[in-house]
Amino acid sequence: MLVDIENLRITFENNGKRFEAVSGVSFKLEARQKLAIVGESGSGKSITARALMRLLPAQAQVTADRMLFDGIDILSQSEREMRKLRGGRAGFILQDPKYSLNPVKTIGNQIAEAWLTHNKGSKKEARDAALNLLEQVMIRDPQLVLNAYPHEISGGMGQRAMIAMMLAPNPSLLIADEPTSALDASVQAEILRLIDELVDTRDMGLLLISHDLPLVSNFCDKVSVMYMGQIMEELAAKDLAQAAHPYTKGLLNCLPSLDEPRGDLPVLTRDPQWLEEQAQ
Amino acid sequence: MTNPMIDVQDLRIAFGPKEVVKGVTLSVPAGESFGIVGESGSGKSTVLRALAGLNQHWTGEIRFEGAPVASKRPRAFFRKVQMVFQDPFGSLHPRQTIDRILSEFLSVNGLDDVDGRVNRALDAVALPQSVRFRFPHQLSGGQRQRVAIARALIAEPKVLLLDEPTSALDVSVQAEVLNLLGRLRKSHGLTYVMVSHNMSVVAHLCDRLGVMQHGEMVEQLSVTDLRARRATHPHTRELVELGQALASTA
Repeated sequence: MLVDIENLRITFENNGKRFEAVSGVSFKLEARQKLAIVGESGSGKSITARALMRLLPAQAQVTADRMLFDGIDILSQSEREMRKLRGGRAGFILQDPKYSLNPVKTIGNQIAEAWLTHNKGSKKEARDAALNLLEQVMIRDPQLVLNAYPHEISGGMGQRAMIAMMLAPNPSLLIADEPTSALDASVQAEILRLIDELVDTRDMGLLLISHDLPLVSNFCDKVSVMYMGQIMEELAAKDLAQAAHPYTKGLLNCLPSLDEPRGDLPVLTRDPQWLEEQAQ
Repeated sequence: MTNPMIDVQDLRIAFGPKEVVKGVTLSVPAGESFGIVGESGSGKSTVLRALAGLNQHWTGEIRFEGAPVASKRPRAFFRKVQMVFQDPFGSLHPRQTIDRILSEFLSVNGLDDVDGRVNRALDAVALPQSVRFRFPHQLSGGQRQRVAIARALIAEPKVLLLDEPTSALDVSVQAEVLNLLGRLRKSHGLTYVMVSHNMSVVAHLCDRLGVMQHGEMVEQLSVTDLRARRATHPHTRELVELGQALASTA
């Protein structure tokens, strides 16, 4: 079992008011498995992923009956040990490469730096490793990208470089938080295919955070649908069309269609009961 | 024959030595909704910004209702043409109340009946009167986009230029905003030009669309033809296939 989370709760306290942003989320992820957490903005999907890497700010109170990453209890690790995990055993890909790459360092140096943090070797070896990694993420001219600065390359290329950096320490888990939302449709498909392939060939687990239900269903095994800090339902990606929960159905039903004209789009009516059902 | 609402002939725009819009020609009759799709960097937003008068360095000809417009637009132009931007977080002044945001256009143009106009604009976008004295950060993303649309409507324009009006929104909120835009076009007799990278959104809201690639409008076709797979240009077909693949459930 790669990830095992049971009853995760994340609470923020502000001016004496408590707000529970994640209320009792549980899921399991095996190696070679791909799990998507899907939800609208504010549903708590991103902070769930961040809690797993202990990347939340200090004012967030995180409790869980169980939060294991590869058998390691995340909540009881020291900060020092967490630093080894982050970017080491678990890679984290964020939405926009423009903001997650260092603008004043070349791509090659950034990947080499990531490699050196988690591997022992000379600068030369790190550079060779960086070149090799860029080849693995299917960059056509890796030598050129190696010496390029982030502003000189496109968004899709930047995201590939980010992925290369995350692959450097040979992680067993890849967490991708909206990895393609800032990219064009054609590039979106390419990047997802790349992630898909890497996860398969390297025996990694994938935790994909997204707002796009149809998109993730094409690339993942399991989908967890989150709403207001709770998981509404978890289902196999191939069964998405037969989703049972009204929230999942509503999300799928309010999309405009390319195939046929639709009049007014059905608007999602949110039932307060959805949250109560889960609470008991 | 009546003049089309918008008529663009051989529009060219260069940033420095690089030409990013290479001779775009299009014509939109009054009351029609025209979509522009393309990948990032294809020049679709640049065309829209030139129409709105936000970019003054273009060559070619732009006519609204038959009358050519100059690079620098007179104030009266903005009573006829208004724009709605992608990100409602970025396009509303964070320290101004909704009332102030909406009434600014009225005071600039010296229009009377401020109360009535602001209330009617809020009604048109189905926002309660109670949001009038709130600040943008107190509203949800969908409400903020409604305010942005209300601000455009307050000028009582004939043309709305929409730059990715729903891409920053959740799908459920996107549905509400698309319904609203569809209704407003009918009730206010508006003409739309909408830029989007999402084929389904364009197909939903528009009658016709133009496909842009590397600064050129490679194909113009009706949404009916698009849905019936009668697109002829390979890039259009490519975009349709992608849109289909990404939207289908497993």
